[in-house]
Amino acid sequence: MDLFSTFFNIPVLMQSLPQLMNGLLVTIGIGATSIIAGLIGGLFLAVLRLYAGPVVTGLVRAYIDVFRSIPLLVLLIIVYYALPFVGIRLSPFFSAVTALTLVSAAYTAEIFRAGIEAIPKGQFEASAALGLSNRYIMTDIILPQAIRIVIPPLTNNCINVLKDTALASVVAMPDLLKQATQAQALSANPTPLIGAAVIYLILLLPMVRYVAHLEKRFSRGRS
Amino acid sequence: MKAPLIKISNLRKTYGQFVALHGINLDIAQGEVLCVVGPSGSGKSTLIRCINHLEPFEAGSEITVDGIPVRPGPDLDQVRAEVGMVFQSFNLFPHMTVLRNVMLAPIRVRKMSEADAEKRARDLLERVGISVQADKYPAQLSGGQQQRVAIARALAMEPRVLLFDEPTSALDPEMVGEVLDVMKKLAGTGVTMVVVTHEMGFARQVADRVLFMDGGAIIEAGTPSEIFDAPKEERTRNFLHAVLDH
Repeated sequence: MDLFSTFFNIPVLMQSLPQLMNGLLVTIGIGATSIIAGLIGGLFLAVLRLYAGPVVTGLVRAYIDVFRSIPLLVLLIIVYYALPFVGIRLSPFFSAVTALTLVSAAYTAEIFRAGIEAIPKGQFEASAALGLSNRYIMTDIILPQAIRIVIPPLTNNCINVLKDTALASVVAMPDLLKQATQAQALSANPTPLIGAAVIYLILLLPMVRYVAHLEKRFSRGRS
Repeated sequence: MKAPLIKISNLRKTYGQFVALHGINLDIAQGEVLCVVGPSGSGKSTLIRCINHLEPFEAGSEITVDGIPVRPGPDLDQVRAEVGMVFQSFNLFPHMTVLRNVMLAPIRVRKMSEADAEKRARDLLERVGISVQADKYPAQLSGGQQQRVAIARALAMEPRVLLFDEPTSALDPEMVGEVLDVMKKLAGTGVTMVVVTHEMGFARQVADRVLFMDGGAIIEAGTPSEIFDAPKEERTRNFLHAVLDH
């Protein structure tokens, strides 16, 4: 049995491809849901962290620190296997989305905070002096400028979330990796795993290139 | 003498141990053009930044604008709607066109319609000589042009008071004149102006009253000729000597 027919077995690949595509849809579903929920949660946390009173700020900081420290796999297993003991029973999909969102929100909050803090004080002062309310200062003046700054790190975070969706296979979620391992067992051939790896690359490499491109463009703009 | 529009009593401001303002008392009349001069660190910028509460001040201090107390809360929104400010570094919104910069506050704060706000903005840009550049972004304009847009932006709220915080200090020398010309025209319109400046020529020509500050206190106040031609205080004389005779 030569290397090619072991790892790049075309008939096996064609056979497993529909299964892999289903897995890809699940992966994208988990990833997109977690990314969007994480963005909303992170923005909310960042604003609280910057402008709420000292108690709330302290709580938010504790949240951010804890969820940036805990390994995602540990969190996912706690959500899926431990929470049922206190009556919280989440489906594999929502377990994965919950764990990914909790962590993504913590990272996103730090990204947004850095972005908001990078806006010159004069922008806050000029908008306050015009009588704009805090809400409009944020939505009209600060966030539109901060978005430019945070797009590269946010895209990086999206890449991480999409990669981490593979952990959902641990809680029996039929995502891309899980489908690939099942197809591999069925066909007694590792080609589906290689296929899954290639699909991950096709999904993520353009995003990695995009971040590199953005970072280069922004650093050039700044000099 | 008209009733004062701005009343400042016992205004104190400290940064830790450092006392930036030592209990300032000052009334500013409706329509008055007041120039505040003095050395760097004398507290003149801090003083005008307290008037719209960009700088919070110590308890026991009191400022009112048109009878409205300057303090955090709903009163402050009202004060800020009546008090426009022009900054040393322009602080235009870089992600908006010049026109949008001027339109924004009337729409958001005065709830004006887009069409009315645009008409007002174009009129004001015309007045400050920037109408051709209305659709450009701030970064495409020279410093002097940006500052004139900033003045139009402040005027768009039709404020009772305009605060100028060293409006020409960040400008290249050849652009100072165009900004001062706009300010001179404004001084004739009856709007109350408080101008922190190093432009002694402007202060002498345009001010109704000149205030000399040093060390966080008002050392001397009077008409331009009283301050510039016959200063009573030693510190005023030394300062004027340093800035004028060179």
